[in-house]
Amino acid sequence: MQRIGDSPGVRRLLIGAALVLTALFLLLPLVAIFAQAFAKGVSVFWENVSDAYTLHAIWLTLGIAALTIPICLVFGVALAWLITRFAFPGRRLLQTLIDIPFAISPVVAGLIYLLLYGRNGWVGTWLDAQDIQLMFAWPGILMVTVFVTCPFIARELIPLMQSQGSREEEAAVTLGAGGFTTFRRVTLPNIRWALLYGVILTNARAVGEFGAVSVVSGAIRGKTNTLPLNVQQLYQDYNTVGAFSSAALLALIALLTLAAKAGLEWRASRRETHP
Amino acid sequence: MSIRLEHIGKHFAGTRALEPVNLDIHEGELVGLLGPSGSGKTTLLRIIAGLENPDRSDSPTPARLLFGQRDVTHVHVRDRRIGFVFQDYALFRHMSVFNNVAFGLSVMPRRSRPSRGEIRARVLRLLEMVKLEHLADRYPAQLSGGQQQRVSLARALAVEPDVLLLDEPFGALDAKVRQDLRRWLRHLHEELNFTSVFVTHDQEEALELSDRVVVMSDGKIEQIDTPERLYRAPQNRFVFEFLGDVNHLEGDVQNGILTCGDARLAVDLPDGREELLLRPHEVRLAEQPETASHLPVTVTAVSPVGAEVRVELEADWLPGPWLATVRHADFERLNLHRGRRLFAHPRHWHRFADSAPAAPATGRAA
Repeated sequence: MQRIGDSPGVRRLLIGAALVLTALFLLLPLVAIFAQAFAKGVSVFWENVSDAYTLHAIWLTLGIAALTIPICLVFGVALAWLITRFAFPGRRLLQTLIDIPFAISPVVAGLIYLLLYGRNGWVGTWLDAQDIQLMFAWPGILMVTVFVTCPFIARELIPLMQSQGSREEEAAVTLGAGGFTTFRRVTLPNIRWALLYGVILTNARAVGEFGAVSVVSGAIRGKTNTLPLNVQQLYQDYNTVGAFSSAALLALIALLTLAAKAGLEWRASRRETHP
Repeated sequence: MSIRLEHIGKHFAGTRALEPVNLDIHEGELVGLLGPSGSGKTTLLRIIAGLENPDRSDSPTPARLLFGQRDVTHVHVRDRRIGFVFQDYALFRHMSVFNNVAFGLSVMPRRSRPSRGEIRARVLRLLEMVKLEHLADRYPAQLSGGQQQRVSLARALAVEPDVLLLDEPFGALDAKVRQDLRRWLRHLHEELNFTSVFVTHDQEEALELSDRVVVMSDGKIEQIDTPERLYRAPQNRFVFEFLGDVNHLEGDVQNGILTCGDARLAVDLPDGREELLLRPHEVRLAEQPETASHLPVTVTAVSPVGAEVRVELEADWLPGPWLATVRHADFERLNLHRGRRLFAHPRHWHRFADSAPAAPATGRAA
């Protein structure tokens, strides 16, 4: 018996098309990045990567990601908790608002922050009087990175927590558990995989963010230049190998992230069949 | 521990889920809250548990909830010393059966918490009681529904609650398992003698398990009574209809004869429109009409399973089918089969005046 829409011709055509497209649009560019990075040998690649400015960009990028994740973690869990465990007017609206960072172009987001917190901005003027500089400094980069990544964790948690309901937490409370104990021993273990998955996505986005960061950072070498910005700068300086060396680092982080994600998914599917 | 409710009511977003009710539950009693869905029975149970707050009463008599002499109206769930069993079990899915049962003990404040060894002994004793000691290391997903519900019961009993509250405890289980668990809960209750309130929409379950049943509908208490009195002396039409199958006979009474199409029944009632209610066992079937009753019916379905034969009857004058139960002997004597034309004779009927909860009238056919 053949299933509807499962004729061998169609199947071969679809699989073939998928393979060709994957190769052309995903695999080939990835190979090209590493090929370009190592075009002049490993030593040149190493020289570029260990350049003082590039090293600073790596640390800045990783540092920003390391600060972004805990902020998004707290924000995401609190928001998901609020939306799935309480009924209040405006709940739907809040759920829609979470998606704003996804809907808005990152460049626009950066621009808004610049207009608000920049030297002549609404809040910026006051901040300037207090001698606090947010824009064109790492706090600004952190702010826009948090903005573009904050929905990831909440978005992962909300459907899960909705489907799990609050029965287990109610059971814990009737058994005498306090609020924090309930969260630590009942809620957290139930959402830990979704949480980790959200963290991986957040990290990937935080490391790779270009648009919003490029507006607010000023891309000062050795100061506010992140790895994605570094790629662009080196490329504009006609240092192709240098640009691709930084790009290769970014690609490597992305690949590691993907591997972690795939590992989690594999684990999750295994847990479903063998609880 | 006795439970006393005074003027406990509840609104959800403007709609009334529960009218202010008063209820006394005695120490050691097993009380069933019975009603259709939306009758407010679960809301009432959750208020007793503290999972829901009662409305602040605007009358001079405040809403109060007492466990024994202890006023728990404003006491948090976790300090009420209750055990709650959920319809969907609500076991902690990432914990083994053992850890589920141990949870309540392990979250006690350090100074009152039993030692590890003591917790272990207590949990194993409870698991033995619910006959699950061999499954202590399993996870909830690896257990059947009935086993999960027993774990959930052991978990609730582990903290030695003052009262045990069960929300449709057997609702999600199949008939056979439900029967077993019911019997088992009854035994457990006799043995441990805790005060217990359970919610159900199943009349049979309520009548079989409870010392007293609270029948609810539409956020109100309709009747509080022992199962026996509830069945024999329902206070109103709702209770009568909810506690079993009911046959309706509606018609106009004139000169002591109720007529409905070509059906006639002698009744001792004043003239006017009347509706009579009959239980299936109050319908007798015969091959001939009688002077007092002429109710021609056609058999449309026969189910000879169980102690009695259930027969479905239809007729032109009936808006909906009737249900009658006959003895197997009568079943054979009357040669019952689908399409057979017979006459129904009410042995006994009930009549409820429309809204008045006054004493219902009943009549006996000649």
